Amino acid sequence: MIQHMDVGAVVLRTLCGLYSNLVTRPTGMAVRHAIEARLADRAVPSLTIIDFSEVGLLDFSCADEVVGKLLLHHKEDHTEAYFLVRGADDHHLEAIEQVLERYGLALVVMELSGSARIVGKVDDDSRRAWHEVQLRGRAAADDLLLEVGGPRERLVAQLDDLTARHLLVRADDDYVALHTMM
Amino acid sequence: MSTVITVPPSLDDNTFEQVLEQFAHVVDHEKLLIDARHTRWASPYGLTALLALGHARTDEPAGFAGPEAEDTSSYWQRAGFYRYAEELFELHGTVPKARQGASDSNVLLEITPVEKSDDVHSVVERIQAKSQSILVHELNLDPQATMRFAMTLSEVCQNIVEHAGARGWVAVQTYRWRQRLLGRRVVVIAVCDAGIGFRKSLETAQGRRLSDRWDDAMALEDAVIRGVSRFRDPGRGQGLAGVRRYVGKWDGKLSVRSGTARIAIVPTWDDDVPLTENLPNFPGAQVQITIPERVEAR
Repeated sequence: MIQHMDVGAVVLRTLCGLYSNLVTRPTGMAVRHAIEARLADRAVPSLTIIDFSEVGLLDFSCADEVVGKLLLHHKEDHTEAYFLVRGADDHHLEAIEQVLERYGLALVVMELSGSARIVGKVDDDSRRAWHEVQLRGRAAADDLLLEVGGPRERLVAQLDDLTARHLLVRADDDYVALHTMM
Repeated sequence: MSTVITVPPSLDDNTFEQVLEQFAHVVDHEKLLIDARHTRWASPYGLTALLALGHARTDEPAGFAGPEAEDTSSYWQRAGFYRYAEELFELHGTVPKARQGASDSNVLLEITPVEKSDDVHSVVERIQAKSQSILVHELNLDPQATMRFAMTLSEVCQNIVEHAGARGWVAVQTYRWRQRLLGRRVVVIAVCDAGIGFRKSLETAQGRRLSDRWDDAMALEDAVIRGVSRFRDPGRGQGLAGVRRYVGKWDGKLSVRSGTARIAIVPTWDDDVPLTENLPNFPGAQVQITIPERVEAR
């Protein structure tokens, strides 16, 4: 199930159109609660697209509440929920990245150009493995060995870790990029 | 008989220490007059710190005699000083009249009280509207700097809401800095309150173990350098960390005074010391951020 979460619209709905900027913790908390309420009854696995296109300013405290704690709670609950960010500009991403690094989390971001990248704490080798899956959309570990390099066990461990962190989806023996679920 | 505190002719973060040295000797319930009659210039820090001083005086309001020079007093009025000074001080002498619609292009944000989250929203909206052209065209910062500047302002203001337990004031101004930086333009953010300060705020943290050397300086090092917060939530403490990163990126200066200590992130163009201890005690936190005009490397 795919859910498109326009953060700008959530702000308008939950805060009665008062704020175009996502600043302060109480605002972030209100937005996160609204997103969580909308996600509460969805079927799993689910992909939620968090869209920042209509958001003006995003400060660190609000990014912590809206993105950091949202991801953290879903990680702690072991729910099969996947998140993808889009419509974020550089300053949004700086705030999001700082928050994710703090928690040791990571997130897939769709850039305006249509390409995707990981933001947050992921080592370089795992990023390379993720990038190869992303390029193919779907691939088994053996398909990636030539590009990423071995040993195979290490590559599989990296891909499994990316899956456990909800940066990829597992489908039988394949690893699937999140954007293909859109 | 009143004790008179003389405000220096030029009032900024350094010279405000002279005010605090005098204030430290004032006994409770003693009549007090803040004499700024001969002051000719004040930075945003000077003005907001004066308001914090008025706020710190809880027993009976201090008297306040404002600048005699008409251009100075009229500037203080335009910067919004008298709007709040009226509530905090017993004003002596002539108070300049507020003129409708009068504003100063150097004042990016006139003195604004900050007490609750809504105030931060209002500050951010006002600064975004006014700062773009000055930051980009006069200070040569990249266009994204406007957003980062507003984020910085938001975080330092939230510090009051979350930790001060009292009202504070923020002001933002741009001017040409003649003493340093070869007369380059700077934009200065000042956020001052007379609340509980960093040491007391961190002491309220549950389960926090205080070391033998626990004082204002250590509290500032914890909060500003190590991103420690009174909340156990690991997501806390990121605001000041983000502010520090941006200030570094802009080759700017961040200084935070609280209690008897002051910590500073000092850029190469300044010769301030990173940590000053044993200052006259003053409640709350006083923050200043200075961002200089960017010049191309030769």
